[in-house]
Amino acid sequence: MVNMIRDRQTLLLFGGVLGLLLVATIIGQIIKLRRPGDVVDNLNARIRAWWVMSAVFALSLLTGGLGSVILFAMLSFFALREFITLTPTRPADHSALFWVFFVITPLQYYLVATQWYGFFSVLIPVYAFLFIPSRIAISGDPNAFLERSSKIQWGLMVCVYCVSHVPALLMLQIPGYAGKNARLLFFLVVVVQLSDVLQYVWGKLLGRHKISPVISPSKTWEGFIGGILSATLIGTSLWRVTPFSMWQTMGMAFVITVMGFLGGLTMSAIKRDRGVKDWGSSIQGHGGVLDRIDSICFAGPIFFHLTRYFFT
Amino acid sequence: MRRFVAKGVVGIARVLAGGNVRRVGFTPDERQRIYFANHASHLDFVLVWAALPPKLRAMTRPVAAKDYWDRPGIRRYLGVKVFNAVLVDRQPAQSSPQTAMDILLEGLGERHSLIIFPEGTRGDGSTIAPFKSGLYRLGKARPDVELIPAYINNLNRVLPKGEFVPVPMLASVSFGEPMHVGEDEEKNAFLDRARNAILELRQW
Repeated sequence: MVNMIRDRQTLLLFGGVLGLLLVATIIGQIIKLRRPGDVVDNLNARIRAWWVMSAVFALSLLTGGLGSVILFAMLSFFALREFITLTPTRPADHSALFWVFFVITPLQYYLVATQWYGFFSVLIPVYAFLFIPSRIAISGDPNAFLERSSKIQWGLMVCVYCVSHVPALLMLQIPGYAGKNARLLFFLVVVVQLSDVLQYVWGKLLGRHKISPVISPSKTWEGFIGGILSATLIGTSLWRVTPFSMWQTMGMAFVITVMGFLGGLTMSAIKRDRGVKDWGSSIQGHGGVLDRIDSICFAGPIFFHLTRYFFT
Repeated sequence: MRRFVAKGVVGIARVLAGGNVRRVGFTPDERQRIYFANHASHLDFVLVWAALPPKLRAMTRPVAAKDYWDRPGIRRYLGVKVFNAVLVDRQPAQSSPQTAMDILLEGLGERHSLIIFPEGTRGDGSTIAPFKSGLYRLGKARPDVELIPAYINNLNRVLPKGEFVPVPMLASVSFGEPMHVGEDEEKNAFLDRARNAILELRQW
């Protein structure tokens, strides 16, 4: 903890986020004075939630490794709770779900905390994949069997396996970067979330052409291009805190933002299919936990593996 | 200590089932009330209780089955000490319906509110069984107390009948508009009306 506080670059990063939040808050209040209404109230609710989320994230980083492992474990748990709530399971799935929530999810994060990469990378795609249908088969209800097993597995993959790759960044051993991995986490989360926000802002300002009106009426080409480009540029400006060169950082930021977009689009398709607008209502103005981290689900594993393959 | 345990139980309920509460024409305040809800899980009364503002929880007593909750150990501690439950015998052979009603009225007293499940037993969550007459007789005996319908959604998936361990799943409680037994309303007509009030809350 002391190390992180003394570290000038980390402090600068936190200062940057703090500045952004301040600017956003001031702009929100000005718009509220000039044009009061539901839209700006929702905007301000979102900004308030951003303060809380940034504070929680900053605290988890300051504790070094364990804090962020616990934070992302909790995010996985609540995201999976939202996912399973919208998934039509049957009473015979109860035991399998108990294992999924209270054994497999904590175990996955235990493996992150103990940095056991080999088991971490196969627990859910191999062991849980075989366990879940077996456990449901033992319960003996064949109705929509494959559908139930695969939906539970899918929820586990997205909400737990994918999300756990974010704190797993801490286990990467990058030459010359020892003890600084928390910054990678910061880089990933800031770029993904900024990209979400900027896509929203560009979309509101210039949005005309919808990318996929049926799946997500709020996603436009203007928002997509503006958001991806501006978030990639801001991401690139952070290159000094990463182990990458400037061009490499730009590439990484670009991949992260595009994956984030695809995550949001994919999770929207599921919401559409289930006939809901949001996954939940636990974060004011934002919807559920899964609404906030859908982009991280897709960006996290790819960023992890690109970094692991090319830089360790 | 009891308050601390109560907070803990509410916390666990929130982690498992979330804290979604909807109020449709209902404002919580300190008037005496009888909340009646559909019943599909042992956790039902905890969720209704947790859905009330903390100040009202202390004066709100769940009505629970004596044979289940009046057992030595954790059940009696939680049921009697923490939730201050009104325990009623479910076996009509051992006590006439009259005495069960006396216990309920005594539990209500001059300042408490009650949480009751007029179906009498837990269902599977897909339908609501016909109501037993207790709600009608309570409403007749205490016309000054408001009857509040409450619909509990999805909690049967958190802890279904016959399972021992809960799984996390977002549930919700919707409170509806206060009702009273009409002056010359028939028993069955009122019970149907009360049941329909809960069914109507389903759409929220």
